Amino acid sequence: MDYTGENLLPGRFGHFFIVLSLVASLVATFAYFMATRTKPEQDAGYWKRLGRFAFITECISVFAIFGILFYIIYNHLFEYKYAWQHSSLSLEFKYLLACFWEGQEGSFLLWSIWHCVLGLVLIKTSRKWEAPVMTVVSFAQVWLATMIAGIYVFGHNIGSNPFLLLRDSGVLDGAAVLHIDNDITQPLRQDYMLSIRDGNDLNPLLQNYWMVIHPPVLFLGFASTIVPFAFAVAGLWTKNFADWVKQAIPWTLFATAVLGVGIMMGGMWAYESLTFGGYWAWDPVENASLVPWLILVSGLHTLLIYKHSGHSLRSTYLFLVLAFIFVLYSTFLTRSGILGETSVHAFTDLGMNKQLFLFMYSFVWLTGIIGAKNTRSVLGVLAIATLLALLSNYVNIAWLGSLALLTGIGFTIYQIQTQVPTVQKEEATSSREFWMFIGSLVFFLSAIVIIGQTSLPVFNKLFSIQKAPSEDPEFAYNNIQIYVAVIVAILTAVTQYLKYKDTASSYFWKKIIIPTVITAILSVALFAMYDITYTRKGPMFQGAIWLAVVCSIYAMVANISYIWLGLKGSLKLSGGSIAHFGFGMVLFAILISSSNKEILSRNTSGIFVPLGEGSKENPGENLTLVKGIKTDMGKYWVTYESDSMHPKKQQWYYNIHFQRKDGKEDFILQPNAFVNYKGNAGLMANPSSRHYLDHDVFTYITSLPDPEQQKKDTTAFKTNTLKPGDSLFYSNGFMILEDVVAKTDLPEDLFGKEGSLHEASVKIFSKNGTSYTKVPRLANAKGELMAIPDTTLAESLVLQLQKVNPDKSIELGVKETDAVMKYVTLKAYKFPYIILLWLGVAITAAGIFISMIRRIRLNRLKAEKLEI
Amino acid sequence: MKKIHIILLVLIAGAIAVLISFLNTTATYETIAGAKSNPGKFVHVAAQLDKSIPLDYDDLKDPNLLGFMAYDSTGEKMKVIYRKGKIENLEISERLVLEGRYDAAANQFECKRVQTKCPSKYKDDMKAAQKNIQHNAATGNTNGNNTY
Repeated sequence: MDYTGENLLPGRFGHFFIVLSLVASLVATFAYFMATRTKPEQDAGYWKRLGRFAFITECISVFAIFGILFYIIYNHLFEYKYAWQHSSLSLEFKYLLACFWEGQEGSFLLWSIWHCVLGLVLIKTSRKWEAPVMTVVSFAQVWLATMIAGIYVFGHNIGSNPFLLLRDSGVLDGAAVLHIDNDITQPLRQDYMLSIRDGNDLNPLLQNYWMVIHPPVLFLGFASTIVPFAFAVAGLWTKNFADWVKQAIPWTLFATAVLGVGIMMGGMWAYESLTFGGYWAWDPVENASLVPWLILVSGLHTLLIYKHSGHSLRSTYLFLVLAFIFVLYSTFLTRSGILGETSVHAFTDLGMNKQLFLFMYSFVWLTGIIGAKNTRSVLGVLAIATLLALLSNYVNIAWLGSLALLTGIGFTIYQIQTQVPTVQKEEATSSREFWMFIGSLVFFLSAIVIIGQTSLPVFNKLFSIQKAPSEDPEFAYNNIQIYVAVIVAILTAVTQYLKYKDTASSYFWKKIIIPTVITAILSVALFAMYDITYTRKGPMFQGAIWLAVVCSIYAMVANISYIWLGLKGSLKLSGGSIAHFGFGMVLFAILISSSNKEILSRNTSGIFVPLGEGSKENPGENLTLVKGIKTDMGKYWVTYESDSMHPKKQQWYYNIHFQRKDGKEDFILQPNAFVNYKGNAGLMANPSSRHYLDHDVFTYITSLPDPEQQKKDTTAFKTNTLKPGDSLFYSNGFMILEDVVAKTDLPEDLFGKEGSLHEASVKIFSKNGTSYTKVPRLANAKGELMAIPDTTLAESLVLQLQKVNPDKSIELGVKETDAVMKYVTLKAYKFPYIILLWLGVAITAAGIFISMIRRIRLNRLKAEKLEI
Repeated sequence: MKKIHIILLVLIAGAIAVLISFLNTTATYETIAGAKSNPGKFVHVAAQLDKSIPLDYDDLKDPNLLGFMAYDSTGEKMKVIYRKGKIENLEISERLVLEGRYDAAANQFECKRVQTKCPSKYKDDMKAAQKNIQHNAATGNTNGNNTY
């Protein structure tokens, strides 16, 4: 049947290119595989040309898929589930890309696109390594193509097709009104599209510009880890064990810089648009991207060790292979839903777990299989891998799958250990390579510890245990990683002053003394002028923070000095020092900004008491601001001045005016919140922050009055229990109960013997500056209770004394004749020196890029020399 | 044995020790009944918000105090107190993980942290979406902009 209002052509093209990309990547893998297998005396030209042709076809297909999907989203073709699910008519143009990678199909596609780009560069530059390296890249492309294939093979659904039509997706099946005769057993109405005029929209938390730019950078980082991996595999495969190192160094530098920047951009997104109050929370999703980076950094350093001293080639293989394996493990962790309870990001089972597992499994075994000594052992290991895979598929024991993975890693290590040559001579303790290796090892082990902690839910599944993260999960990481930071910072500072192979101790001490003394002076100055106190976790942790701060200063000072002391100011050569300086700055900024983070919206009772002293017992982090009323917030006066609404959405912006009491700062923050978004009760808040050189002020809305509740309350008396000194807000200001007096000498003929008369004096402060004193009374005349209310006409306010308790607390009824009270509850933080963090990241990346350019130049010069 | 091997072994032993000591600090998942029978013990409880009872929260009285009822898969209920203000997405959450201790004296769960499970990234929240479609189609609201 034809349905009106559908545009099926883009989807058909999309399907075609998906199938084409799958086939082309298979052909490319096979052709490059054959090209690698061809003996040098034979001509591999045919296979190589076929491989290139197939890979370029694949690239065109992937770009076409991307283009078509973007066309569908851009033109709001909601007959496609992807557009309907992730976008809406009201979505701003700048977020169209964000909704592209909100879905898992789009993010796989993004990954695939970057592989294409990297592959094209590899074809152009990697010369004799092209065939084996591109075999690996093409093989990964096969897997990524299956993720978006959406085809049925032997009753199994493979991948999830981004061009799936809404009517085929099952979403509409339960909607009776869209079916003929309002009966869900009948087919859809021919004009069902009339009812689907808008999409489901992008998750409001992702409607942030960081969400537009951070995923592409992060995925470029993920994607580029395959290149060092592919070179390492190629080395083992072709038995040309060391020649690839030269080419792999710039690629590893590139991957390190991009992945690092991508991770920190994710941190910036979290900082700017999430409300956990920071840029890093040791969330499993964050850890999953950090761990491959840490291992990659280890691999980078061992690569350099090998280049300069011939040591550590085996560790290099292991680190570069594992860096990519952990990218895949991360993908599996975050997309399989196994993290379940431990992540704030809700990832659920997509029904693709087997496919994701196989993706990871095949690459875990790839090195062990393809790197085996000879064809016979290749087939042998392949048989073991297949057997274990089948076994874990058909025997339903949870830990079998992980055992099969570990066996694969075991075979990788076995192939490296038995084949890769090693230097028997021991590194001297006075050599640079010795300490660099220790640093790499510490980084690697810290990565393993982090992923071990993150994998807790996996262990729960495997061993049927019920372990949950500890009471303070962030501290569980911080308490370990702070010591890693100390060790790494010291090594970063000192190691550059050592020379490869051996260092004369007089040279070393003469040079290192200068930065050491400067560090000592700077540290003393810092501690004298700037207070770093973090006592919540005891003196041990406080001490560790101080130590780490000093070490991070040492890392900065020593590396900056080395540019002059060791490199004589040559910028070309100082990429490493610059990167290490930036890294030291990152550590420093993390330590300072986290331990000196301040909660500005500290509050004692919830209601600001301008005259009386509030109790300090239970200081909360939330503060309520009534519209128009200047409220005390520590160093600041804050006022909720006005609000405005997004023209198309249920999104409200609140203007919060901050004034420092000493008059030094005056600014407006505009946090916003989606209220009752898409018919769901509650609010989703986006923070707003003000950046200064030495700190950020950061605020977000945590609660708003319920409009329904408000309507009800304005017409009746609202009862509040107050003690003398307590204050109470109303829509146009606040009031303070000053005193409650029991009148004596009452005329007995009116009140009787047991009669009483209470007077409550209430001082009302209107936000226009005037104040009134009103006295509502409560009389007990001959056993009959009688309230004598007091009113202020100017404020449309009626006060009624309803009850007086023996402890002098009263129940005060407040009636407002009109006006709805408007207020917001918010949290505000101060992050000191957060700008240093972003600056440190930028400097680190810049340093790495300087090194990368130098390495590429060196390689090129060498290649030219060889040709001559 | 090379020096580097000794350091390697020491560091690996250190990493293992760190991981084991981490395992000892972990908490456990409990049902509500389990939390009640272990008062004072830090536990994680998977539960759901009881939407039939309104949240106990008043910005103007104390913007930090939140109280609500939660029930778990066994149907057992408990009162939960959270002292850090309103929890974002609480009302739209499908599931909650409550982390804290049961206070037997006050007969309530003192919650330190709440994780809300909401429709989010990578998740096809088809139920809510279907509801939306049905709502739109049924009310003839064909422009899709829901008005509340």
